[in-house]
Amino acid sequence: MLAWLHRLASPKRFHGLAGFFITWCGWGALVLFASGLYYSLFNSPPDYQQGESIRIMYIHVPAAWNSMFIYITMAIASLFVLVWRIKAAAAVARACAPLGAMFTFLALATGSLWGKPMWGAWWVWDARLTSELILLFLYLGFMALQSAIEDKDAAARAAGVLAIVGIINIPIIYYSVEWWNTLHQGATITLSEKPKMNTDMFISLILMSLAFKFYFVVAVLRKARNEMLEREQNSQWVKEMLGGSDERK
Amino acid sequence: MNDVTNIAKTTAIEPSLGRAFMAMLGRDLTLAYRHRAQLANPLVFFTIVVSLFPLGLNPDPDLLRTIAPGVIWVAALLAAMLSLDSIFRSDFDDGTLEQILLSPHPLSLLVLAKTLAHWLITGLPLLLLAPVLGGLLDMSGEALGVLMITGALGTPILSLIGSIGVALTVGLRSGGGGVLLSLLVLPLYIPVLIFAANAVGNAAGGFEVTGQLAILGSLLALSVGLAPLAAAAALRISLN
Amino acid sequence: MNDKTNGHVRLEVDRLELTRNDRVIFTDLSFTLEAGQILQVEGHNGAGKTSLLRILCGLTMPSEGVVRWCGENMRDDRDRYYADLCYVGHYPGVKEELTPLENLAMVKSLGRIREGVDIEEVLERIGLPFGHEDQLCSRLSAGQRRRIALARLLVTDARLWILDEPFTALDIAGRRMVEEMLMSHAKAGGMVILTTHHAVELGDCNVKMLHLGA
Repeated sequence: MLAWLHRLASPKRFHGLAGFFITWCGWGALVLFASGLYYSLFNSPPDYQQGESIRIMYIHVPAAWNSMFIYITMAIASLFVLVWRIKAAAAVARACAPLGAMFTFLALATGSLWGKPMWGAWWVWDARLTSELILLFLYLGFMALQSAIEDKDAAARAAGVLAIVGIINIPIIYYSVEWWNTLHQGATITLSEKPKMNTDMFISLILMSLAFKFYFVVAVLRKARNEMLEREQNSQWVKEMLGGSDERK
Repeated sequence: MNDVTNIAKTTAIEPSLGRAFMAMLGRDLTLAYRHRAQLANPLVFFTIVVSLFPLGLNPDPDLLRTIAPGVIWVAALLAAMLSLDSIFRSDFDDGTLEQILLSPHPLSLLVLAKTLAHWLITGLPLLLLAPVLGGLLDMSGEALGVLMITGALGTPILSLIGSIGVALTVGLRSGGGGVLLSLLVLPLYIPVLIFAANAVGNAAGGFEVTGQLAILGSLLALSVGLAPLAAAAALRISLN
Repeated sequence: MNDKTNGHVRLEVDRLELTRNDRVIFTDLSFTLEAGQILQVEGHNGAGKTSLLRILCGLTMPSEGVVRWCGENMRDDRDRYYADLCYVGHYPGVKEELTPLENLAMVKSLGRIREGVDIEEVLERIGLPFGHEDQLCSRLSAGQRRRIALARLLVTDARLWILDEPFTALDIAGRRMVEEMLMSHAKAGGMVILTTHHAVELGDCNVKMLHLGA
């Protein structure tokens, strides 16, 4: 089992697999973005209460979902690093962090843009926004630790421990913030409150979420693949793959 | 000399975990006692931070009473965090941490002993000082009582979570360990802050607090069980 | 401990490789150490001597390869391996704010120790002047602290000694003492792995050499 896992995740194998997914998810993301944007901007009705600003949701909600999804991906990849010492997983975990931070930031920024017309303030201590802010801190901590440790393998493992500690804490943090929020906030419109959705709104949201997911897959694999190439530059398979250009010189 | 060695090969005293745990705890307490002048530092810090709030806001007792639970808990969080480095720093610098890693005992339990020592040295004094500062902020008797209970449940969590953060950063040569440590640890402290400060606030208002205390208790149980494991794993990585 | 009698006490090092930030320090390093053998690791600065010793202790993780103790990967049963191991590294591992007695009492509580070992006697044997055992180690000289670090070897019942530059900071008498300790340990069936820049006089002991680096 272990040998099989290592073979599957060997740098060379990973390179090929990643290339496959990058191509297909790339096209998928393109199609999904095109149709998703068309739906969310032109083919879905304005909300009866929120008006046109509901359209911000089609960015905000997928970004928030992605921010969580990426953290989970990062923690799972970290587990593979710590338990099975798989190099490709380390590259994936490392590539996840800035992307996750970006989506978290996007969720915060769009939440704030949405909040201005709805609440009349750029920032309100809404439960979801507060949790996203803490999630951003967790991502920043992961990245800071990763960059503070010189040795790349040690950095990947140390940051991996942090990611796993984080994933145990995230539900606790979310629950505590949610609980704190219900005590302190009156009945306002919250981001978490689901508007009554008609089918077109629902389709827009689903298309955009899928587009974001596909984009994430493409971006994380590209980053991870580049890092693997750089780290493995002296190995046989990289030389063979890039060998053609050397010989022509 | 040959005789001594030969005899030793045939009989040996097997390591005992209980003895190792107590020796570790005792050693850290002895070391803290030999540096007793530094024991007061977190307490002074705690007091200063709390006293900054009346100066920065205003000394209106009603206001102070409202903000007191949050202020005291935030100050305790910061004081605990600033003292964390001492759990592993000096042992790392002189090589005794290597020896601890090479002992035939579960590392997580030795880490737990060190964390317990850290709590006895910093958390417990903070806990004992808290009601005095609560009095300065005009807190009521019931609130002070609950403050003590949340402190007893919450400050050990701070030491336990903190031990993971220090274990991850102790190997860093660059002096930025302190700032990095706060970045790693403070987000994880948020649930403790929320439930503890809220329980104290509720007690001041005469409301029920058992729910919050139960949650703090389970957080404590969870961190006692898991934090030493994570810190031990982190130490092995940091000493790589 | 049944393994004490079955005669398979040996350290096997199987195809170790160490890379640091993608630079290969050493690769394909294999050797076996049997009871009674002393291994002296040589190599220029940066050849990875200390790193090798730390890998053998399980402190540093090798990029490839395994270390087996009595036939088992030592990572699978650290506790058993560590009961048999005593490591004196680059840092003495002596707490300056504790006295020599307290330092060794800690060693005694942490590891598997020799029956009837008397710490004061050990301190006398490693040549700590009488009256110093109750002084804080911060008042002792570097050589005396090194001696206290080496005293761990006499307190624990470890069969495998891993020593990184044990002669550093020691005077001639101190070196002689360590050499004698190594010899009697090997003769009693123990194993030693050490790095050193000094010429070592180990009599008729079974000494293997290992060269690291080009």
